[in-house]
Amino acid sequence: MATDIIIHDKKDNVGVVVIEKIIPKQDCACWIMEDDSSTNIQSLDEIPLGHKIAMTDLNEGDTILKYGHDIGKVVKSIKKGEHVHVHNVKTKKW
Amino acid sequence: MEIPKSFLGYKRENGRAGTRNHVIILPVDDISNACAEAVANNIKGTIALPHSYGRLQFGADLELHFRTMIGTGCNPNVAAVIVIGIEPKWTKKIVDGIAKTGKPVEGFHIERTGDIGTTMKASKKAQEFVMWASEKQREECPMSDLWISVKCGESDTTSGLAANPTVGNLMDKLEPMGVHLCFGETSELTGAEQVCATRGATKEASDKFMKTWNDYNDFILKEATDDLSESQPTAGNIAGGLTTIEEKAFGNFQKIGNCKFIDVLEPAEEPTKGKGLYFMDTSSAAAECVTLQAAAGFNIHLFPTGQGNIVGNPIEPVVKLTANPLTVKGMGEHIDCDVSKILTREMNMSQAGDELIKTTLRVANGRLTCAEALGHKEFVMTKLYRSA
Repeated sequence: MATDIIIHDKKDNVGVVVIEKIIPKQDCACWIMEDDSSTNIQSLDEIPLGHKIAMTDLNEGDTILKYGHDIGKVVKSIKKGEHVHVHNVKTKKW
Repeated sequence: MEIPKSFLGYKRENGRAGTRNHVIILPVDDISNACAEAVANNIKGTIALPHSYGRLQFGADLELHFRTMIGTGCNPNVAAVIVIGIEPKWTKKIVDGIAKTGKPVEGFHIERTGDIGTTMKASKKAQEFVMWASEKQREECPMSDLWISVKCGESDTTSGLAANPTVGNLMDKLEPMGVHLCFGETSELTGAEQVCATRGATKEASDKFMKTWNDYNDFILKEATDDLSESQPTAGNIAGGLTTIEEKAFGNFQKIGNCKFIDVLEPAEEPTKGKGLYFMDTSSAAAECVTLQAAAGFNIHLFPTGQGNIVGNPIEPVVKLTANPLTVKGMGEHIDCDVSKILTREMNMSQAGDELIKTTLRVANGRLTCAEALGHKEFVMTKLYRSA
């Protein structure tokens, strides 16, 4: 029942780490809030609490979906299980 | 949980109710701060509200200054007011604005008398006011006397996951009881503005929101040197895992639950369309936003935080909640309501909303907030442009 990652919406391609940190090659239990379903993912990076993990492979120019909405664009390709943050994602505003 | 139907508040002359019973010493302008603080130092139980502005402002900026000053004095958490300014005219304008509520208010101007003489005269009146106010008793007030404002700060992803939706859950439960609700933060809805606009209760409210947001965005595009990196999101937001303003905005937006906003308010404008949710055009800087909401008459504030914002306000109690277990552990003295068990799924959103309602009512009934106990009294005027 322990949850390592929470995903807001089924459409989302990122999840949020909700334990103190996950380590590389950790098998993580994910909970999708929208429909109360579960999934799993193996991490590639160490990712701290509150930071995002890629749930699929993402290419430069792809849109990051969270809350089921567009929250920015990929500026450096990201592998499934990698840390998603300011080093590989940027705003589409400003 | 059955939600209580009432709280214990201070009934005011104009029919509103306060969660606090402050006697404030309100300086009209920056140079009257010293005198206001001297009075508050003389007369125990009063508080001075020093700030940085009030000279040579004009146009909409001056109107906002008066609206904030008068609104702060009119707030039902304030029992009585001493106004101190350098000149008689603007001092009187603020006194007259506050007097419409029927509460005790008196103004003093420093010119021709000096700080010492003014301090003496104002102190005598302040003593009279505070001793009068000290006999006021809390009485049973309906929940609809609560005017609840919300604003989040030092957000991280736990804010959007849990603390902000907890506030949204509270709104969904209390809105039907006839409370007034207010959210703001024009800048921090950037990215979610189109979705937010659809939450207007009427086309007029939606259009007014989009105009407000577009005006703000035009201003940013005009003034920004590069982008808003390091301002939006802040370094604290980024440390907490928030990557873009859009992500921050969708998290922010969780605070209004499923409610629809009935009108869009100018900064510090008092709502006049009755119970329900309002959007106010505010800065997203915590102290500025809460000061404007307090000046619009809101009498209790809910403040979800992720990384741990510590803001307070001199007249409107600020209730903090967080879902970040590291924040609870590291700076628990700032957190009134811990909803971190949402992340471990030991608490669901409805249970968290109930916990927040309980905390809110305890504070409304008189329990000090963490920010009050720690002495946070951030009173920050919003200034629209430079002075003449």
